[in-house]
Amino acid sequence: MTALLEVAGLTAGYGGAPVLHAVDLTVEAGTIVAVLGANGAGKTTLLRTLSGLLRPTAGRVMLAGLDLRGVRVEQMVRHGLAHVPEGRGVITELTVDENLRLGGLWRGATKGDLAEVYDLFEPLARRKKQPGQQLSGGERQLLALGRALVARPRLLLLDEPSLGLAPKVTAQIMGLLRTLRDSTGLAVLLVEQNARSALSIADAGVVMTLGRLEPISAGDDLRHAYLGF
Amino acid sequence: MTDRRPEMTAVRERVPPRVGEAVRGQGRLWIPAAAALILALTYVLPPFRTYQLATVGAYLCVTAGLTVLTGLNGQLSLGHGALMATGGYTFALAQNALAGRGQWTLAVSAAAAVVVSTAVGAVVGLAAARLRGPYLAGLTLAVAVVVPSITSTFDGTFNSDQGLSIALDPPPGVIPVERWQAWLCWAGALITLRLLANLIRGRFGRNLRAVRDDEAAARLAGISVARTQVMAFVVSAACAGLGGALFAMLAQSVSPGAFPLALSLFLLVAVVIGGLGRLTGAVWGALLLVALPALANSVTDRIDAPRLEGNLPLALFGVVLIVVMLAAPGGIASLSRRVRDETHPDRASRPRPSRRLFRQRRR
Amino acid sequence: MDRFVFLTFDGLSRGAVYAAFALALVLIWRAARIVNFAQGAMAVATAYAGYSVVSATGSYWLGCAVALAAGLVLGAAVERLVMRFVDHSSPLNQVVVALGLVLVIQAVLGMIYGNEYRPAAAPVSREAFTVGGVALLSRFDLFVFGSVAAVVGLLLLLFTRTEVGLRMRAAAFAPDVSRLLGVNVGGMLTLGWALAAAVGSLAGMLVLPTELGLHPNAMDLVFVSSFTAAVVGGLDSPVGAVAGGLLVGLLLSYVSGYLGATVAPMAVLILLVVVLLGRPGGLFAKSTARTA
Repeated sequence: MTALLEVAGLTAGYGGAPVLHAVDLTVEAGTIVAVLGANGAGKTTLLRTLSGLLRPTAGRVMLAGLDLRGVRVEQMVRHGLAHVPEGRGVITELTVDENLRLGGLWRGATKGDLAEVYDLFEPLARRKKQPGQQLSGGERQLLALGRALVARPRLLLLDEPSLGLAPKVTAQIMGLLRTLRDSTGLAVLLVEQNARSALSIADAGVVMTLGRLEPISAGDDLRHAYLGF
Repeated sequence: MTDRRPEMTAVRERVPPRVGEAVRGQGRLWIPAAAALILALTYVLPPFRTYQLATVGAYLCVTAGLTVLTGLNGQLSLGHGALMATGGYTFALAQNALAGRGQWTLAVSAAAAVVVSTAVGAVVGLAAARLRGPYLAGLTLAVAVVVPSITSTFDGTFNSDQGLSIALDPPPGVIPVERWQAWLCWAGALITLRLLANLIRGRFGRNLRAVRDDEAAARLAGISVARTQVMAFVVSAACAGLGGALFAMLAQSVSPGAFPLALSLFLLVAVVIGGLGRLTGAVWGALLLVALPALANSVTDRIDAPRLEGNLPLALFGVVLIVVMLAAPGGIASLSRRVRDETHPDRASRPRPSRRLFRQRRR
Repeated sequence: MDRFVFLTFDGLSRGAVYAAFALALVLIWRAARIVNFAQGAMAVATAYAGYSVVSATGSYWLGCAVALAAGLVLGAAVERLVMRFVDHSSPLNQVVVALGLVLVIQAVLGMIYGNEYRPAAAPVSREAFTVGGVALLSRFDLFVFGSVAAVVGLLLLLFTRTEVGLRMRAAAFAPDVSRLLGVNVGGMLTLGWALAAAVGSLAGMLVLPTELGLHPNAMDLVFVSSFTAAVVGGLDSPVGAVAGGLLVGLLLSYVSGYLGATVAPMAVLILLVVVLLGRPGGLFAKSTARTA
């Protein structure tokens, strides 16, 4: 059975020297894979290359057997790939409701679909008509997540969701991801600097160092190998 | 407010103190050689070509100043046609007032033209100094569009649309008119080039470039950004005023119709294509300004198409500008950057850095 | 007093046109962060097309519709065939290319139609109604107000109530994020240009009957006045564009009326200088950012 996401030999950069060096990666459907590593390791570049914002110079990306080479960024969401970028990408000039509707436009999401998201993210329901500008960091993360979920993705690329958030809020979000995986079979590629929270929900993990990926074996060995307990 | 930190002085010392001179060392011979060439041409060429040569000289005054302003200093001005008009009308008024007293009146009228257009340039420059990008372009465009209407407001002095004719003395001795005018125009052009070359070679030139490339850094290095911007504008306005005066002399008249918006746009095209910030580029630009319309006219003369006549040069200039801008991979910045690499021999010898992604000037 | 009232209404009518044109400029500014210096030339070109239809069919309405349609096409074509390929590293590049377009458009118009002034008749009477002996508005003024109000209203509805409008706003505010959400950002940009050009075309058809006539350079001063209006209102603000347009219209009207028509352009220039030096972000701006 082919994995949901198969990455082979991916090399990419921003003109000049490459940032990613022949990266191999696999994500099975319905699993959470954590990508750990220090600042500047290339984690964000990896996600941007997967979602098409950055064109790779070599390598292959297959999503459920479909070669993503040449697929434009706007088309990615139609293939079930959602990317919540670094910084969350909440459009601050639009309201919460408008941000969410935007996520569902491509598939004609109904009010019912939006209602589901509002049920899941209660703080957003209270702020439907407020501009994104007025939301706190945690609320923005919920909004960005909710917006990605309205698109009903199979694979969610999530870039440092815990950035700037209090530990309690981070824990809530991690718990949410675990629930989504369990109830809807959502697969998540989770880039995080906060190794502990990422590993607490991850099924598998990799570490990125200077553009190269090294796998860590699955399960409890992860915590053991990486954090030593 | 000069910064005396050791790192800053180290930066300044890294740039060779006589950069301009290394490249323009041969500039000492350049001007006399050019003067000799022009002189020879005026004896060899038929009258109409001599007249065209004179026109090139007149344009060269303007393009030289404009290339310094836009290429070296990064200020996009769409109003230099209006500055030419200022010079031209001043020249006309002064000359008509002084007419008949001898050839020296030309020098006085030209000087008056330069003074007045410098003053106007200072006013516009002060307004423009704090503007950037489209705001500056918009302001100078407004100047170009609005200034012709001044001739209608004060139509007692300026005779509104009909304009003024200029009383000029015949040339001294038996020198043909065209040759005499070519000498005058090129004398003006070569003097302008010499003065500009000196200015650019020194601190002024360095300041201009520093402000263009990175305002914040320039400020930190102690350069007064506003003053540099205004000075650049004033210098280019003086050049435009002289060019306008020479123009008026060649046409023996001035009218609003001689300085339309299209003229300002033509100047921009000439400067962009010639090579921004390079004085030799200004020469190419001036040549283009005479050659392209002449070429277009030879085409339209053959086909009897009156509608094509005035408009073909416009279309050609527009197309050429668009094509050049689309073809240059970095746009305006890369067209001026080429100049930078050429004038800094130490940089030219180092391997070229990869195309910078963030060309926009940091504020 | 009578004169003042008349000038006021006349100024508001002119101002409505500047408001529409300024709105077109703001539309493109918000979508692409550039000022479309070719907007005036594009409007003139579509007006020539419109008035050709008017003289061929006798119907101003048909001509207007043609001008608007031509505007949509021309705006889309300019974005897709020219502007898209301009290097985006500096806003000056697109300004210079737009100026090249101005040259080309004005030259082509001159070549096809000649450089004489052609008549541009209004569809309805330009004679002012008199109420109690005071000259107020003409039918044409009412037509101008009505058209501009309709267009502004439609645009408002489009942007705030429709999916397309949402996409366009998202594409303008955050292009990369919008792409990730499946928005065709390139297409939205083209649509923005098309709409802006159509609004400019309408402004052209409304203002030309009040000018000397149809001529390749006829919209140059209108562009300058509308640019001033947009700057006064703040380039980012559609509401500001409308307010700025009305303000500029009133200013020009009073200056023309009391000081003479030839002084009016100078007044625009002075207003522009004052605003750019004093509050470059526009009268409605919160900050005083001076740069593009």
